[in-house]
Amino acid sequence: MRLEPINNPTLARKLVPPALALASTVVIASLLAMVAGANPFSVIGLILKGAFGSKFAILETLNRATPLIFTGLAVAVAFRAKFWNIGAEAQLYAGALVTVLLGTGFLPWSSFAILPLIIVASIIVGAVVLLVPALLKTRFGVDEVVTTLLFNFIFLLFISMLLEGVLKDPMGMGWPKSARLIPEARLPRIVEGLRLHWGFGLAILSAVGIWIIQTRSTLGYEMRAVGLNKEAAAFAGIPVNVVIVKTALLSGGLAALAGFSEVAGLKGSLTLDLSPGFGYTGIIVAMLALLNPLAVVVAALFVAGIFVGADSMSRAADVPTYLADIMLATALLLMVLAIMLTRFRVVRD
Amino acid sequence: MSDTAVEALSLNAITKRFGELTANDAVSLSVNVGEVVALLGENGAGKTTLMNILFGQYTADSGTVRVFGDTLPPGNSRAALDAGVGMVHQHFTLADNLTVQENITLGVQSLLNPSLGHAAAKARIAALSEKFHLAVAPDARVGTLSVGERQRVEILKALYRDVRILILDEPTAVLTPQETDNLFATLRLAIAEGLSIIFISHKLHEVMAIADRVVVLRHGKMAGAANTKDTDQNALAAMMMGSEASPPEVSPAKPGPPLLALRDVTTPDVGSVPGLKSVSLALKAGQIVGLAGVSGNGQTAMADVVAGLLNPTDGDVEMGHETVKKWSPRIAVESGIARIPEDRHKTGTIADFDLVENAILERYKSPDFSKGGWLNWRKSRAFADGIIEKYDVRCPGSSTPIRLLSGGNMQKLILGRVLEAGPQIILANQPVRGLDIGAVHYVHSQLLAARDRGAAVLLISEDLDEVMALSDVIHVIADGRLSPEFKRGEMTPAQLGLWMAGQGFESDTAHAS
Repeated sequence: MRLEPINNPTLARKLVPPALALASTVVIASLLAMVAGANPFSVIGLILKGAFGSKFAILETLNRATPLIFTGLAVAVAFRAKFWNIGAEAQLYAGALVTVLLGTGFLPWSSFAILPLIIVASIIVGAVVLLVPALLKTRFGVDEVVTTLLFNFIFLLFISMLLEGVLKDPMGMGWPKSARLIPEARLPRIVEGLRLHWGFGLAILSAVGIWIIQTRSTLGYEMRAVGLNKEAAAFAGIPVNVVIVKTALLSGGLAALAGFSEVAGLKGSLTLDLSPGFGYTGIIVAMLALLNPLAVVVAALFVAGIFVGADSMSRAADVPTYLADIMLATALLLMVLAIMLTRFRVVRD
Repeated sequence: MSDTAVEALSLNAITKRFGELTANDAVSLSVNVGEVVALLGENGAGKTTLMNILFGQYTADSGTVRVFGDTLPPGNSRAALDAGVGMVHQHFTLADNLTVQENITLGVQSLLNPSLGHAAAKARIAALSEKFHLAVAPDARVGTLSVGERQRVEILKALYRDVRILILDEPTAVLTPQETDNLFATLRLAIAEGLSIIFISHKLHEVMAIADRVVVLRHGKMAGAANTKDTDQNALAAMMMGSEASPPEVSPAKPGPPLLALRDVTTPDVGSVPGLKSVSLALKAGQIVGLAGVSGNGQTAMADVVAGLLNPTDGDVEMGHETVKKWSPRIAVESGIARIPEDRHKTGTIADFDLVENAILERYKSPDFSKGGWLNWRKSRAFADGIIEKYDVRCPGSSTPIRLLSGGNMQKLILGRVLEAGPQIILANQPVRGLDIGAVHYVHSQLLAARDRGAAVLLISEDLDEVMALSDVIHVIADGRLSPEFKRGEMTPAQLGLWMAGQGFESDTAHAS
């Protein structure tokens, strides 16, 4: 048996394998729920109900999707240029750190100026955090997978140090937690009374912006060229290393917005459990979206829906929440296989 | 061959289709014991497909393969090897970091105890190497060997496995004329031992020199078959090319002032591939300079310097009469150098980009195609459509990914991309490698037309015939050193061959050290 590439896949060829992957995920999740002692036929209904079954559920899913859109975009942008940024988690915390540094009141800003300032500063610091691995790669050939991954741990420990020290909230009853943001530094809600903040709007805007950059701008063209064929790009006169650094800056800035949006829109302060691995889940989101920035939004909603829905389902059916992680992993693996099957056919000799 | 000929291998009415394309259309080929059969045809004629079917990489739509009377099961890649068929590929399949002996015994020695039978293997290699005049050092690392030596290792590897039928794919492409003679001597010894040989080539004089019979493929069909003693090169050429156009007429050159010059340029060696050693070369307006040489003797460094990819460690690049201070691919493009790269798949185009994106690859930053960092896709598409029209690029449309195009059409797009601006300096590195004869003539006529309107052309090719046919002036490059300039017709191929083998450079040895 071997694989033969399909040059012009039909619409059915593009749609059927992903649909089958989704269906298989559902079947596997149901079987696992059965093993855990729940009724397998009610599991999917409960997940859907938990994720999209009420106004509250939908808003919760959108809130959960917001940081995933940012980290998903960060990964999609970087991977498109074959810059393997595994460090969105660190860049996310960089954005969160900047947000609490500027937003907890030791600067007397008016509410009009403070949010744009925090946003710009978060982007810059997130970008700088990824600049180091980018320069190590372009100057010395150091593998960015290793550096960005290890940076996550370094940065998280650094935040931990700050939260146990200078940033520790004196009113925090001893918990490693920063002071709360002043009201002017909080992201307002999109509709008053509904628990959905403007971070979601910013995420959608970013996705559209990145899509426009990738399809219309010379930078997007350069990033795609470098990602597809570095040698040809260099021959044609595209400054490959400069493009990689620019890509890294963009990617780091996007990931930092996830941290900003979580702190300023949702949590109001910085803790060490701000992100339950949004940086890593962003990789899943980007892969599911085939690195397409608009599809990142859909993939983030899908992943967030599974998380929120599985949370609710596990309470209702009394099974462990780990089921959500297993479902995501299954969905990703099957989707990767499905994507391959949209481009190759299996030939038996 | 005598009447008692025993058939060693036969391919019977092999047909293989890939979608619309019929790569092999009822192709038959047989080899008897002790016979050399040449498979002749341009690249793209279907030779590789036929060999892939023989080795089970592809399954034929119809037809059978027989080795010594037994039909091979289709699609089984071990079957042909087990039946005693061996192949020496054009691109060698050797591990650089292993020794010659390790490469030869790889896969046939004991996995658990690789040193088992080491001495016996060594003795066997020594015996084979002496018997077939294939001089190699068994303990040398393959990475340190020359191309000719590597080929000898490949042949030994096949002989070590007791092959009865040996297939050589374009074996002379990387050899000097003298090395080719040695190879032929080895092949004659092998035939005397009762081996059978299939010799794949597109060089007519070599086919005439070594083969007993010739089978000619053209566009996947059998264009003819003949015994070499009953035919001649002209007849074979006619079979190979069919009714297609003859090579373009070359008018005398009218050289003008030098447009680009390298002055004592030196570049670093890359592994075992030499860089340039104090090379000076002038490209004059209205003249084609041909660079002949065996692959891996500094052609890449030369091309990279002219293309802007490589900065000399010593010496200068001069344009007009000014020394170039900053040098990069983009500066080269902006200075009006048209660059046709050696590898159109890897460096010339981006496979998953469509024709529009590939057409603007070098100039997407110019005001023609973008403004303030935003691309103008309408103008870009118009540019690509213009090239497709003018240079006759056969494709389903400009939004097709370029990887779906044939090599010839890909090369036409590259030609259009670089020639549309009316460049004064043209670097053509292996411009026709792998193209069919029609595309070859097209590319050559475009280069000649550019020369006639006053462009300076540097033609780098491993095909001596091509260099001699097109160039007004020839230099030979060997081990990174450049021969003096030879005028058109001044040297015979044999004389150039001596230079290609590195003779005649004695006076320059001071530089080489």
